Amino acid sequence: MKPLVSAVRVGKKFGDHQVLYDINIDIMPGEVVCIVGPSGSGKTTFLRCINQLETIEMGALYLDGELTGYRVENDIVHRLTDKEIARQRRITGMVFQRFNLFPHMTALENVMEGPTRVLRQNRQAAREMAMNLLARVGLVDKADAFPNNLSGGQQQRVAIARALAMQPRLMLFDEPTSALDAELVGEVLAVMRDVAATGMTMIIVTHELNFAREVADKVVFMAEGRVVETGPPHQVLENPQQARTKAFLAAVVSKKQEVA
Amino acid sequence: MMLSLGLEGSMNDQRKPDMDLIDISKLKHARPLHIGRLAAAALLLAAVAYIAYAFAVGTIDWSVVGEYMFSERIMRGALTTVVISVIAMAIGIVIGILTAIARSSRNIVLSSAAMFYAWLFRGAPMILQLLIWYNLALVFPTIGIPGVWEAKTVVVMTPLAATLIALSLNQGAYTSEIIRSGMLAVDIGQYEAAKSIGMTYPDTLRRIILPQAMRVVVPPLGNEFIGLLKVTALASIIGFGELLGTAQDIYYSNAKIMEMLFVATIWYLVIVSVLSIVQMWIEKRFARGFANGGRHG
Repeated sequence: MKPLVSAVRVGKKFGDHQVLYDINIDIMPGEVVCIVGPSGSGKTTFLRCINQLETIEMGALYLDGELTGYRVENDIVHRLTDKEIARQRRITGMVFQRFNLFPHMTALENVMEGPTRVLRQNRQAAREMAMNLLARVGLVDKADAFPNNLSGGQQQRVAIARALAMQPRLMLFDEPTSALDAELVGEVLAVMRDVAATGMTMIIVTHELNFAREVADKVVFMAEGRVVETGPPHQVLENPQQARTKAFLAAVVSKKQEVA
Repeated sequence: MMLSLGLEGSMNDQRKPDMDLIDISKLKHARPLHIGRLAAAALLLAAVAYIAYAFAVGTIDWSVVGEYMFSERIMRGALTTVVISVIAMAIGIVIGILTAIARSSRNIVLSSAAMFYAWLFRGAPMILQLLIWYNLALVFPTIGIPGVWEAKTVVVMTPLAATLIALSLNQGAYTSEIIRSGMLAVDIGQYEAAKSIGMTYPDTLRRIILPQAMRVVVPPLGNEFIGLLKVTALASIIGFGELLGTAQDIYYSNAKIMEMLFVATIWYLVIVSVLSIVQMWIEKRFARGFANGGRHG
């Protein structure tokens, strides 16, 4: 089996400031991977590189075996056109920290937009599928509501349905519960658990370590733009090998105790 | 905790016996005397009465105003003003949107050209632009595409054509900056969300960004439209028969100068009032998903 995502010595700079160094990760179809780490560690940037919201400057990133963002001919690198990049993005669905629903469209229209505009499905079929997806995230009764009239948790569930409507093979979640009130986190995690149960390949940048422990096949710990440690959750989160990982987990635990 | 409890206790001790008897919702409330309001109203009334009196005894023939208000020439002038404004605004919005998109393009040639266009047509006075377009024949006796189509400039550049071109190009330059500010007001996350579902850039602009930008730009565009409507009056200097020009033509022959100017004023105010209603309706349409416009029913 070949990996769905393959990062090979990926590096990324913002101007002179390097934010990613030498990232090497293979993600197999069906795997659920949680990326954890302190803020500023580059985990969100790496996620955004996968669906080309950011460009990489070093190394190479493959989606389903295809080099992303570039085409190499006779050792010369050509940037792909916007259209080709849009096509490559169709493998992935993305869920944002701040939901980013389209505020001038109802929940249903948000979910239907991709299938009708991009996949050119007929409206009736798209509508049916969108309603099924809204049912899956528990929001059929909110189909005609506008995002501004939904709670944060509801908006994020619509956003997940919108991403799933494109029938992606890989779902990317960028801190999907970080902007939510504490009592709304659970409903979003429940939907994500449900998506994971369908065998979807998922990469989740998260601070919810308990969720990672429970759902992830693999946990990647990043700090200062590098992958520090990778492994199954019980290993990385319970029995970390690296001093940096131990320090991070200790800080998280003591913060939790402070709150409690 | 202890401190506040202690305070409460001491307050209870000092409470006067009638403290339990007053409930402000059960008592009659004194009416406040709005002295400022009364004074302002009195002053304004006096001013209005004075102005009304001045007009009543002034040498204005109100029957002439009434007579010409709905005369065919005036009505045609008013209609011309409205039609030319609507067309110039429509063209201006199309040019404005294209220019705004070009301006925010990564293509440096396009963005520079857009900037140059806005700079040129916002910079030169409107009246000057009207005169230049109208007198274009002095520079280019014939215009056209060589070998395909050619015409004498004097014939093509009628007052109507010159007015329409000058107003549209000027309006496009102003509108482009308004549209651009509206596009900038849309959250960057909207572009990213559209990208993430595989939308192309043109689709993203048409379906996601512009509809949201429109919500922000309708009020300033309404303002622009009213400005444009009044600027059409300038076209009278190149002999274009809009509302003010028509009123002037009439008073040149009947010498009822103020009467005709009042007729024109009243028509401008009526047109602007109707436009404000249209603007409210458009605003409501683009408010879909926001506040009142977002609620069903």
